Amino acid sequence: MLERLREPWTDQRAERVLGALACLILGVIVFMIVFVAVRAWPSFHANGLSWFSAKGNVDVQLSRMVNSGANPTPADYQIGAWPLIYATLLTTVLAAGLGLVFSTLSAIFIVEFAPEGIRRLIVPIVRLLAAVPSVIYGLIGILVLAPFVGNHLISQGRKKSVEFVIQLSGTSLLVAVVILTIMITPIMIAITVDGLYAIPRSWKEGAVALGVNRWRAMWTVTVRAARPAILAGAVLATARAFGEAIMISMVSGSKGFAPNPADGLTFIFEPVKTLASNIVENAESINAPAMRSTLYAMALLLLLGGFGLSIASWIAKQPLKKYGTRG
Amino acid sequence: MDRTLIPPEAAGPLPPLRTPPRQDRKRRVNESISTWRWTDRIGYGLMWAAGLLVCAIGIGIVLYMMFRGLQYLRPSLLFSHPQAELDQSKTGGFLDPLLGTILLTVLGICLAVPLAVAAATWIVEYARPAWLARIVDSGIEIIAGTPDIVIALFGLVLFQQRIFGWMSFTAQGGAVFGRSFLTAGCMMSLIALPMVFASTREGLQAIPSHVREASYALGKTKAATIRRVLLPSVKANISTGAALGMGRIAGDTAIVVVLLGATLTLSPEGSVPGLRVLKGTGGTLTSYVYNNSPAGEGNAPQKAYAAAFVLLLIVVGLNFVVDLIARSSAKSGLETSRLGAR
Repeated sequence: MLERLREPWTDQRAERVLGALACLILGVIVFMIVFVAVRAWPSFHANGLSWFSAKGNVDVQLSRMVNSGANPTPADYQIGAWPLIYATLLTTVLAAGLGLVFSTLSAIFIVEFAPEGIRRLIVPIVRLLAAVPSVIYGLIGILVLAPFVGNHLISQGRKKSVEFVIQLSGTSLLVAVVILTIMITPIMIAITVDGLYAIPRSWKEGAVALGVNRWRAMWTVTVRAARPAILAGAVLATARAFGEAIMISMVSGSKGFAPNPADGLTFIFEPVKTLASNIVENAESINAPAMRSTLYAMALLLLLGGFGLSIASWIAKQPLKKYGTRG
Repeated sequence: MDRTLIPPEAAGPLPPLRTPPRQDRKRRVNESISTWRWTDRIGYGLMWAAGLLVCAIGIGIVLYMMFRGLQYLRPSLLFSHPQAELDQSKTGGFLDPLLGTILLTVLGICLAVPLAVAAATWIVEYARPAWLARIVDSGIEIIAGTPDIVIALFGLVLFQQRIFGWMSFTAQGGAVFGRSFLTAGCMMSLIALPMVFASTREGLQAIPSHVREASYALGKTKAATIRRVLLPSVKANISTGAALGMGRIAGDTAIVVVLLGATLTLSPEGSVPGLRVLKGTGGTLTSYVYNNSPAGEGNAPQKAYAAAFVLLLIVVGLNFVVDLIARSSAKSGLETSRLGAR
């Protein structure tokens, strides 16, 4: 038997083994959807569409699930997860939007305008920022940025004005969005730089030859042609922001509270709690059936959202094929 | 990259000629910017601001972590076991989390590399039927886009099935705990897999087809060509991907919290030596930092800073390894596969 394994593989056998291993990955994905969906079902079944609505206080509902014991009644499954969904969308969209502007400008800088010395500095920095673990960003957020915001940016009057609704302590939407932007920008910069390098140089040179300045040529020709790559990078980074759990749970204050833009500037200082950070915080009480089902329901939402973003990034990359560049 | 098999003229098209030279261009910009329209000048200024801000943030984070790390890190912290005490001077160091990080990283990458290399080889060299190959390809992209917390919860439900009882602690009555180094390592391999896959595939695609044809002409089978010619020449790509994947595993927290128990010390399970530790729960540096931050139970920022500094050193070290491996083939230094953002 061992002798047979040691002799060189035939083509057919190699193809079958490699193909089987590749298909194992597909199996993992299918299992993932099925298992998570099966465990999520009781929560959706008990709540129906009101799962997605805002009814009652989500923190109270979650703590009732923890205390419901091994045999929960349908009433224990009650949850209106809208504040969490809203907070997830809010942090993701704000961070992706900020990151898009920031990363496009930085990418242009790296590709076209940076002096050689600064370019040699900025490229390793971007790679480093992409590699820093999220828990370190969270640590900096909670120990440096959140106290700064709490002590210096939020005035006493502002804290007093809302003290009967919510405590403003610095861990807030603002800190979460800022750190999230720093986390996802390196990925966007890398993809945008790739996209900008892939655009034929002669296009921009043509524009310069027609008499526009270099900034305008870059902005109207190269950046415009690289739009699909920029969009694909933004979508990928959005996926990263969307599922970020640990960092958000550290810096966002973790209150199931939906910040209201109508509050004016106070809005950005209000605490939030996203779907992913909620899962991490309640992972200890996952043995309570009601809580378990709810957490898996949230995971299913994240999973499907991730799928959606993968498809969106694939669609965004399609026009790139026209130029024969890989996205 | 080991390019001994590839003649220099096949290494791709020549880079575009850069004319005029950089120095001249820079001077010209400085002379002409006063004639630009004001919208262009604002854009140009914002771009400089963004670029310098990226530099400032990166340098700031590194210097701050270094300052705090050197302030609080003592060699004794690295070699003493953590203790659950109220008094901060007695809580010990983080030897166990450090060992946990190393163990989990090695376990995860050992599972990820064979799987990812096999999948990449199949996709580039065989890919029959074509539709299946396309599905596998997008499947790996989907895994790359799945949040780690979802992978962790999936691991929990998967390994709580009876047939995986041998991998973790089984309570009386047959309930499987599902949390151990083995289960966490399996799920960690999913985190590292897309990076190893992407860089291996890139390497295989870059090998010109006449290399394969030469091997066939010598009478080698396709399998032998892959084994003896193709895989050796993408060794550098595989190690790049593996180092990046290790960095990702070492930095992941959600899977550790959910699937490894995030306990303070390694708590072996069962009686078989070696397997005891793998079957038991434990913690890593990431979970140690998380638990010692104000968000966790420990609330000992000094310890958290020291552990975070060690973690940062590990991750930066792995990135440096990537740099060393890939120095010869680097273009912009920001290839997307090297950031795992494919």
